[in-house]
Amino acid sequence: MCAVGHYLEEEGIATTLISLVREHSDAMRPPRALWVPFMLGRPFGVPDDAAFQTRVLRAALDLLDADEAPATADCEEEAPGSVEVDEGAACPVNFSRPVLDADSNEALAASLQDEIEQLRPWHDLSRSRHGRTTVGVSGLTPEDAAAFVVSQLKSAFPQGDEATAHARQVKFVCDDLRAYYEESGAAQPGRLTPAALERWYYLDTIAGKVLHRLRDRCMQSEAPALQHLGKLVLIPRAIALGVRA
Amino acid sequence: MVRLADLPEWERDHLLDLARKAPTFSTRPFVRGPALRHRRVALISTAGLHRRDDRPFASGRGATEYRVIPAGTPANDLVMSHISVNFDRTGFRSDLNVVMPVDRLRELARDGVIGSVADFHYSFMGAPFPPTQFEASARQLAGLLKRDGVDTAILCPV
Repeated sequence: MCAVGHYLEEEGIATTLISLVREHSDAMRPPRALWVPFMLGRPFGVPDDAAFQTRVLRAALDLLDADEAPATADCEEEAPGSVEVDEGAACPVNFSRPVLDADSNEALAASLQDEIEQLRPWHDLSRSRHGRTTVGVSGLTPEDAAAFVVSQLKSAFPQGDEATAHARQVKFVCDDLRAYYEESGAAQPGRLTPAALERWYYLDTIAGKVLHRLRDRCMQSEAPALQHLGKLVLIPRAIALGVRA
Repeated sequence: MVRLADLPEWERDHLLDLARKAPTFSTRPFVRGPALRHRRVALISTAGLHRRDDRPFASGRGATEYRVIPAGTPANDLVMSHISVNFDRTGFRSDLNVVMPVDRLRELARDGVIGSVADFHYSFMGAPFPPTQFEASARQLAGLLKRDGVDTAILCPV
């Protein structure tokens, strides 16, 4: 982002930067930077807290009054976090029906559809509460996304240039599935933290189990795009390395 | 919390490595402008945001493109196709403004804190490295911002 700002300034547009990683803006020395102590992905600190967001925004804008570069400031305000819940309460899905033996892909597909169905009321609540959903990059419904992902466990991967486009499609479908689960999980009682939601999705759900299998399969592919997908894109590094296990 | 001391070793090393490899520039541009209450302001994100019916971001040659976000775009029309899975998206799922504060900026314009809000905001996907790859897109974007009367951009990374 510092580089984009540099080129905009050279073209005559004044910029002020929210800096999430101080070491990066220290290295690239943008003309104006507000250093914020928030998690990656949340440059304005707290969702659904307009007053907090406005204070961050005003602090970034206030840097425009400085007469000399670099104009920098620390955001002293911490983002209040939601309460971490224990592992026992961190699985929002109540499997009232027995989960099928998920050894076969067919059983896995059925269990995944069942899981999605059980989350549906929570996803509907999320949509009602926020007036929106962030599902929709792939154009597939959650049910179709799930069927597509399971199909990738056994179908032959394309090779060459087609592998790149295919990896892209798989990525978008997986993003949509994650969005559906995270929106559903966040709607349930307990106010799970982002890390707890991530743990739940990747480690406690059928969808997560499918993704781990798909990751392994992609990494065995001969196509670099699919290897890259498996190695870096399907599963967050914190999960893959066991940091959040 | 992005204090490196608080991060797992692998993430801290990764971020420090990017800092060590970051490009340096021979010029230090610093554009001054009118008082804040007269400025016209746009938001520029690197979250990989785009309209639901627009093209998702891609790796490779298309990775340094930007997407146009008309200022009146409803939050439900925006999705995220950033390639990284290593930053929080739950905040965005709950509230667009924690990533791109379109409503907060509109409120500041309404209250007279800034002059006006741009007709268009923009998003990149901030994954390509080195970031000097964004030069052509950024300079093109500067032209569009000027045509919109924008004199100030707020840069919002993820």
